[in-house]
Amino acid sequence: MSDNHKPELDQISGVETTGHEWDGLKELNNPLPRWWLYTFYACIVWAIGYWVVYPSWPMVSSYASGVIGDSQRANALAAYDAGIAERASIGNQLVEASFEDIRTTPNLLEFASANGRAAFGDNCAPCHGSGAVGSPGYPNLQDDNWIWGGTVEDIHTTLLYGIRSDHDEARFGDMPAFGTDELLTREEISQVASYVASKTGLEPEEGVDLAAGETLYVDNCAACHGEDLKGMIEVGAPNLTSATYLYGKSVDAIKAQIYSPRNGVMPAWEARLDPATIKSLAVYVHSFGGGQ
Amino acid sequence: MAVKGTFRRIKWAILFITLGIYYFLPFIRFDRGPNAPDQAVLVDLAGRRGYFFFIEIWPQEVYYITGLLIIAAVALFLMNAVAGRVWCGYLCPQTVWTDLFLYVERKIEGDRRARMALDREPWTAGKVGRRATKHFLWLMIAWWTGGAWVLYFSDAPTLVYNLATLQAPFSAYLWIAILTTTTYLLAGFMREQVCIYMCPWPRIQAALTDEKALNVTYKWDRGEPRGSLKQNKALELKGLPAGDCVDCHQCVHVCPTGVDIRKGTQLDCIQCGLCIDACDNVMEKVGKPTGLIGYDTDENIERRIEGKESVYEIVRVRTVVYAAVIALVGGIMLFALLTRDFADINVLHDRNPIFVTQTDGSIRNGYTVRLLNKRNHERNFMLHVEGMPAGTSVEAVGIDTTFAGRPIIEVGADTTREVRVLVNSPAGVKMPKSTEIVFRLTESVMGEVVTADDYFKAP
Repeated sequence: MSDNHKPELDQISGVETTGHEWDGLKELNNPLPRWWLYTFYACIVWAIGYWVVYPSWPMVSSYASGVIGDSQRANALAAYDAGIAERASIGNQLVEASFEDIRTTPNLLEFASANGRAAFGDNCAPCHGSGAVGSPGYPNLQDDNWIWGGTVEDIHTTLLYGIRSDHDEARFGDMPAFGTDELLTREEISQVASYVASKTGLEPEEGVDLAAGETLYVDNCAACHGEDLKGMIEVGAPNLTSATYLYGKSVDAIKAQIYSPRNGVMPAWEARLDPATIKSLAVYVHSFGGGQ
Repeated sequence: MAVKGTFRRIKWAILFITLGIYYFLPFIRFDRGPNAPDQAVLVDLAGRRGYFFFIEIWPQEVYYITGLLIIAAVALFLMNAVAGRVWCGYLCPQTVWTDLFLYVERKIEGDRRARMALDREPWTAGKVGRRATKHFLWLMIAWWTGGAWVLYFSDAPTLVYNLATLQAPFSAYLWIAILTTTTYLLAGFMREQVCIYMCPWPRIQAALTDEKALNVTYKWDRGEPRGSLKQNKALELKGLPAGDCVDCHQCVHVCPTGVDIRKGTQLDCIQCGLCIDACDNVMEKVGKPTGLIGYDTDENIERRIEGKESVYEIVRVRTVVYAAVIALVGGIMLFALLTRDFADINVLHDRNPIFVTQTDGSIRNGYTVRLLNKRNHERNFMLHVEGMPAGTSVEAVGIDTTFAGRPIIEVGADTTREVRVLVNSPAGVKMPKSTEIVFRLTESVMGEVVTADDYFKAP
């Protein structure tokens, strides 16, 4: 530091120095431009205003909420409510329209499909898969094999009340456990499974008496699955001649299902989703193209 | 300083034409029928359409804009190869608006000397009045400039009415305010600073010009040694060489960017030619031939010193290549425009699942088909899928109308429609893993056909 208070001019540039010197180098005094300084001061003033108007300081048990009481959480909730309200009108139209009207009214169909797609991803994809093709035990919704009916109304009913769910309207259809309840012997199960396999295009097990299998089928299975093996929607008995399978495409899988059947559960969605969403889901699932 | 002369007149003519187009083009009407706007040039952002007279651009056709940008860039290169920075001097909006602002300033405050005197005057009522008038007129020009821009994005007469009755959307007022402010600041105060410091073009153009391009040139072979009229006369009497330049500095005073052209071509020079006019006026007064400063090439100065004739080769590799590129891109765009379809089809195959096996063993593939109808009336399209074996069924979800098993899809005027299309292979037919198929769309009245290729997948 220099004690000389008279400004000293740098000889080369002609600019005032600050008087600071390091190893013979002197610092030139080039102050910030005025407009820059004023912009800086304006920012400070702006920031003070901002503290006052908007939420800013954390306090001991709360925070300075600002004079206009702005809250990002409240704003987000308001925007959410506004979005719900905006969709309510077309949602109401959807609830009131018949499925036939929805199918032939492009904007309703489009809304139902988009809404259904989103709801499907959130609620149905965990079991039926994001592409709705299911997996062993979880029906494929893309094909035309419908255990409980594939009209859009049937799908809607299944969605509302579920299958084997705890809802009062839920539909039940129990496959007896022919093996564990000792209704049939292991050999008989082999025979009937091979008979069913032969009707679905699979190779029956070697050396199994198919004629005995047929007799066993008529006596034990035809009541639900029908003499033509086409199943019965009323009791949820699957079509056994289908090229598609719920529990696996092999004689062993058929045997396992006869011996100790698994009965899948579909939850009732009536209490969990609003009517417009359930209707959208029915339309969306039906639009996969396998619906009847 | 007021300049009169050929180049000044050319600049005024271009100013009238370009600003005339810019200010009034949105008001030109063009009848497109009942379902489309009647504005000849319109960028409809909300409706996602661009209209330019008989051309209607859809969002998926923005490649036309790419083509226009390529043509614009190469046209600038070509201008540069022919005559240096003529764009800067005559056509650039900054130049044009600044010229208009300078004209207003000169009319109100007088020429350069008068303005410098006015600056020194105390703030009398007269000075305040003149300054206020100038800034008011500047703001009016800036306001119309900003306002005209907004008119390209909405129906112009309606927007003008709404703006006047304070019913226009906030964004319209905001944009007018932004563009008014920037025009006022850039043309009123920053002027040549924009060309010298803000604009990237001077740097680029330096790399594009060459010794064969016409540039505003001081013919130093003729002008040097310069001196006052008296000095030069004295030199001539003694039989010594004397140049034609009388060192009057008129060329420097009229220069909008403050260049001394006698120092050669430089970054600040926008090639406007005002120094040519100023110099020619002086040369006429002192009885010397005009053209001491003129559009000339560097090559010619060398040639004259060597005693050769001046030449100007406009047909050079550079100009031919640029012209060819412009012609090529223009040709491609014209071809695309003339052969464009008024209907279109986009097909997206379902990815999850790729195919579905049905109970009878047949295979189904799902597709999302998007149909575009670019006409201003509703049209029907018949969908047919080619490449599949006999017995294949094609259905569109939500569509009952069919003709010989082919869905008839109705698409509204000037819109797109998305339908889910399901293709079922016949039962009992073993399909290959992948079959090439064609979605063919036939319009019912005109018979217009558009197609899209896709695949039918099977296990």
